[in-house]
Amino acid sequence: MACNRAADFACQANGENTPGRMSGTGRSCRLRSESESEVVPTAKSLARLCSRDEAERAAALEELSQGVLMCLGLDKPGTARLSKPTLLHLLRLSRSCPLQEVRGRATELLRTAQEQGVEVPRALATGPSAFIPAKQMLKEELDQDVLMESFLSLGRLDHITMVMALHPAYLSCFLRAQHAMLELDGPLPFHWRHYIAVMAAARHHCSYLVQQHSTGFLEAGGQESWLGSLEHAPTKLRSLQTLNKLLAHRPWLITQQHIQELVCPGAESRWSLAELIHAVVLMAHAHSLCSFVWGCGLNPEHDHVGGHTFQPPSPGHLPRSPHSPAHENGRQELVEGAMEVEVLMKRMVELQQQQEEECTQEEMVTRFERERSESIPTAVVRGAPPDLVLCLVDEPEFRYEDFAPRGEQAPPTMRAQDYSWEDHGFSLVNRLLPDMGQLLDEKFQVVSNLTYNRMAMHEGVDTHTLRKALWNYIHCLYGIRYDDYDYGSVNVLLERSMKLFVKTMACHPEQTTARIYHAFWRHFRHSEKVHANLIVMEARLQAALLYTLRAITHYMR
Amino acid sequence: MEKMSRVTTALSSNAISGRTMFCHLDAPANAISVCRDATQVVVAGRNIFKIYALEEEQFVEKLNLRVGRKPSLNFSCADVMWHQMEENLLATAATNGAVVTWNLGKPSRNKQEQLFTEHKRTVNKVCFHPTEVYMLLSGSQDGFMKCFDLRKKESVSTFSVIQISRNTPLFSYIPDDLFHTLFLGQSESVRDVQFSMKDYFTFAASFENGNVQLWDIRRPDRYERMFTAHTGPVFCCDWHPDDRGWLATGGRDKMVKVWDMTTNRAKEIYCVQTIASVARVKWRPERKYHLATCSMMVDHNIYVWDIRRPFIPFATFEEHKDVTTGIVWRHQHDPHFLLSGSKDSTLYQHMFKDATRPVDKANPEGLCFGLFGDLAFAAKESLISSDISRKPYPGGDRRYPIFFFKKPDPTEQFAHVSSALSVFETDLDSNRMDWFVKTAQLYLLSGKPFAELCDHNAKVAKELKRPQVSTTWTMLRIMFSDPANLTAPGTNHNLSKLGTLPLMNSFNMKEMGTGMGTESRLERSKGESRQDNIHLEPGNLHISNNNEENEETEGSEGQAEYMFGDAELDDDDLYSMEHDNQTEEQEYTLPQEAFQLRHEIVDNPSAPEHLQQDKADSPHVSGNEAEVTCLTPIESFSLISISQPLFSPHLPASFFCPIVREMLSYYAEQGDVQMAISVLIVLGDRIRKEIDDLTQEHWYMSYIDLLQRFELWNVSNEVIKLSTCSAITCLNQTSTTLHINCSNCKRPMSNKGWICDRCHQCASVCAVCHHVVKGLFVWCQGCSHGGHLEHIMNWLKSSPHCPAGCGHLCEYT
Repeated sequence: MACNRAADFACQANGENTPGRMSGTGRSCRLRSESESEVVPTAKSLARLCSRDEAERAAALEELSQGVLMCLGLDKPGTARLSKPTLLHLLRLSRSCPLQEVRGRATELLRTAQEQGVEVPRALATGPSAFIPAKQMLKEELDQDVLMESFLSLGRLDHITMVMALHPAYLSCFLRAQHAMLELDGPLPFHWRHYIAVMAAARHHCSYLVQQHSTGFLEAGGQESWLGSLEHAPTKLRSLQTLNKLLAHRPWLITQQHIQELVCPGAESRWSLAELIHAVVLMAHAHSLCSFVWGCGLNPEHDHVGGHTFQPPSPGHLPRSPHSPAHENGRQELVEGAMEVEVLMKRMVELQQQQEEECTQEEMVTRFERERSESIPTAVVRGAPPDLVLCLVDEPEFRYEDFAPRGEQAPPTMRAQDYSWEDHGFSLVNRLLPDMGQLLDEKFQVVSNLTYNRMAMHEGVDTHTLRKALWNYIHCLYGIRYDDYDYGSVNVLLERSMKLFVKTMACHPEQTTARIYHAFWRHFRHSEKVHANLIVMEARLQAALLYTLRAITHYMR
Repeated sequence: MEKMSRVTTALSSNAISGRTMFCHLDAPANAISVCRDATQVVVAGRNIFKIYALEEEQFVEKLNLRVGRKPSLNFSCADVMWHQMEENLLATAATNGAVVTWNLGKPSRNKQEQLFTEHKRTVNKVCFHPTEVYMLLSGSQDGFMKCFDLRKKESVSTFSVIQISRNTPLFSYIPDDLFHTLFLGQSESVRDVQFSMKDYFTFAASFENGNVQLWDIRRPDRYERMFTAHTGPVFCCDWHPDDRGWLATGGRDKMVKVWDMTTNRAKEIYCVQTIASVARVKWRPERKYHLATCSMMVDHNIYVWDIRRPFIPFATFEEHKDVTTGIVWRHQHDPHFLLSGSKDSTLYQHMFKDATRPVDKANPEGLCFGLFGDLAFAAKESLISSDISRKPYPGGDRRYPIFFFKKPDPTEQFAHVSSALSVFETDLDSNRMDWFVKTAQLYLLSGKPFAELCDHNAKVAKELKRPQVSTTWTMLRIMFSDPANLTAPGTNHNLSKLGTLPLMNSFNMKEMGTGMGTESRLERSKGESRQDNIHLEPGNLHISNNNEENEETEGSEGQAEYMFGDAELDDDDLYSMEHDNQTEEQEYTLPQEAFQLRHEIVDNPSAPEHLQQDKADSPHVSGNEAEVTCLTPIESFSLISISQPLFSPHLPASFFCPIVREMLSYYAEQGDVQMAISVLIVLGDRIRKEIDDLTQEHWYMSYIDLLQRFELWNVSNEVIKLSTCSAITCLNQTSTTLHINCSNCKRPMSNKGWICDRCHQCASVCAVCHHVVKGLFVWCQGCSHGGHLEHIMNWLKSSPHCPAGCGHLCEYT
């Protein structure tokens, strides 16, 4: 993200194209003189690679390769001083840069380095997602312009962006909101924002986001020791633990007492309401993004731990990510899948035509409760999360808990009509954190209206009921009930494998497996599954926010 | 808890009376409505549906409409409306999408009459036609508005937000249900529907996307008019009860807007900015410009606005403890009773006369700085006028009091406040920064002996009409110079040339300690000070005068005033203010200064004697209680003037360091960091150790920043060069690397500046002699050819063209 700040600096350099003159500005010169012993392409010097000016990019690329070659050339073979970060950076460029010339050059450089006897890293996985075959991604008309735009503006193209680029309309508002949360003016210091995101991502054992935000945290000037353990972080940040825990797993338990504890105590660990809202938005954002990362089976970035190896490939062993898709044998399942789509379509039409049958409130409540407490065994035991993540989690055994069947300990239900995002949540967020409400609102609207009017192989389908069912089912899992919705249709439209996926994603994202991903909507395109993922992510975000905002509203009363 | 106040208002038909009162409901209310004769009110919410009778002293529950052991969701009401013609008829909008009508005349316990379940989503609003008995309109989250004829079982017409007419040939072939499903997804929720009070066929609808539509009830295929009223949802709208064309809308964007609908395009005529999203808006009966609003978030109060005064509510009702969800004026023609229901489970009747009037508490003073330092101040007229009469200030001619009178509008019930606005102009010289630029350019910071630098700078400051600064320089010279040097005629001359000004200053400085902060004294002293001015002229004489006066006024604060006033005449008040801090710090050291000074200017009797006297006074008079002791310095003065040797002529320069340090920080605090830095540089080692490095660095950085903003690059460089802070001097050492690309292969040259590693060519060849340039290389920025400085210089003397023969007309400057 720091690249962004460096980007304007790159633009500055763009003006100087007079031949035969010095290149770069004073800052870059200093940078280079400091690191003359080792040509490390720091984030700053790399910013020029994402310049919008082609000539400038070419020059930067030239400079990069000069630097690398000089390192290789000057030293005796075998003792080359190409540092690990440089190599990893080259690897990332060679794999994920949307610019053909950069990709080519980076690959070439790596090969040269290898020929010179340097131990060169190797990407462990191909493509951004372990669930979606890389070739498939390309086939699904990935919009190159969108990728290019994100690369140029963010300085890198991460896997999240690549997968989201399947839905460009959503991607742009997602990036805008994320940018505002992390980079624009706000009550929290920049490194804190990343740290809060790290804390939140760690709850779902999402090493992808933990690593990404750790980098951001360090680039924003955070102390490395904080990442080692929560103990090293300031008390004020640590006091967020409880809220973070509840927000991630059981947001309905958040009460005004929790808010009061954060906002009221004396001493320095007091949170202002604006800071608190900012932190809450960050946490909820990171939690829901974890759902997306797990749900789409994103591979670690090439420069993350687990994204590369320095070992040479052993013969016969195909590079495989930890959760690569199990091979399904096709024919039979394909036929079944096609059937499923037909059935689903028919049901949707039926639901829409069917006249409102009068059913009692009792019946409606029962239907809601049934969906909410339906036992869908999601608990697949996974290996322990990496230490990297675990050290940042407090009370790791605290998880989402299925609502008890109706009767015993009546679980709290939130009526959507009593506290809605449009009427209440928005106003509160916008009041305390100007513009953020608008950005989130835009995101929710884009997601709820996103449709291509097609389902699997069928065109011209109104998918509204299906999307609504999905959205309301997720809210139902979080105990939010719509009076005007008949939860019977959730049962009709979402088959069990779908429910399993949704529930896993929304409640236990770290337990998502390739099997779960491949089992639902077998005949649908990957982009449609990603669409489903987006709906889960935003619905979950909204549910968590609503509970917290309601608690804050009650506190302010 | 409420005042037992009774108000009887005479109405045309029947009189309503009552007081501010409330009752507890069992559950939060979502909406309330009142029956036509204003005797009963219905309260509806998720878990409540009751009718209360409004009696003189209290609410009395009349009827619970929520019957049955497990009431269905049809009872969960989002809105309720009591028919204004038919007193037994009510309609509710249910959260599950049902529209229900209730007939109070039914004999059974369940009063439910009709149930319409045509809406797919929550119904936000129901509205009866004001004159037509059987016509009911509903607006729902699903984006449809439906008009029901209560004599039929289903809706008579449906109005859709979707602006596509079913009659368009393109869509006519699509079956009904598919049409609905195709466009249902994109529909925008309807938040409010309201029949026009005057136009029989017209109704307005407001939407979640910020639009407001006008429909003709007879034409369900398309709206008559649409406009965007707010950003974000429009939660409510209300037609003006009397004026045909006015529609008030309230939105999530915290605005209430009043639209004139009589023109071709809806015109926004009034806009009120509130502090929270606007949930309901209701025009106040019988008051053309008043309307009541409440919010659904954060703010629990009900406001009544005069739309012509949009910045402050006309009246506020602050009784509710949670957000107000429903407001209604009790009677169509009575502006004094407001009913409200709230999430805090209470139902209130507010008496208008019990309302809080924020205007009374408002602070009618305003203060603002202009771009060029002008200051505008508005205050209640009464305050200002008395103020002005009290201050016939010497600086008074700078004030231009301007009075604005708004023509009082008799219909406006606002308490009339007239304020006086005074604008204080900063005088042009002091707000311009010319002095800064000139000073920066003219000051000498090095290259001459210390005393000369000081004198030079003092002169510069004086010419720029900055007497205080000028004096400071002079004093610095005096403090830190070797006394032997000082007696040199040149410097002496200089001092006498400075004449009375420095004297006034020093005078002033000391007396501020007593005189400051007492404005009244200052004014009184003015008369005296004029006399004093005359005293100054006769030179020596006035000292004795002073003496006599002092004795005469012994026991009063006479002298302090006198001194202050004296200074006042010559220097502007700003100037004298600045001295305030300094004097207190200097109390004990000043006398020393004075003695030394005396020592060297003994041969110039007329001027210095003021000085001596003043200085001598200072330590004693500075306390307020020092009237008696003020005699002592005068005695000592006489002693001093006679016998110099009593005092050591050589005070170590370091003795003054604390004062100078104080002075520097004082200047820096005042924003004149230029002075602080200039003195710091000129004094050099004499003072440097006294000030901690961080502060110095801070000053340097500020000054350099200022200089660079004024594009005084040379001065800024000089300052950087002269500074002794390592952090500052290294500023000149940054960004000194020049990276060169080879002119042949365009790649950076890493090793030597003149030969390229890659193409092994000499990059910089002189265009004149064709040899490699290893030293200074000058090149034309137009054609990028160049060479040895000398060669190019000579070449271009004789020829205007580029020596490389490229044809470019190079220019050497």
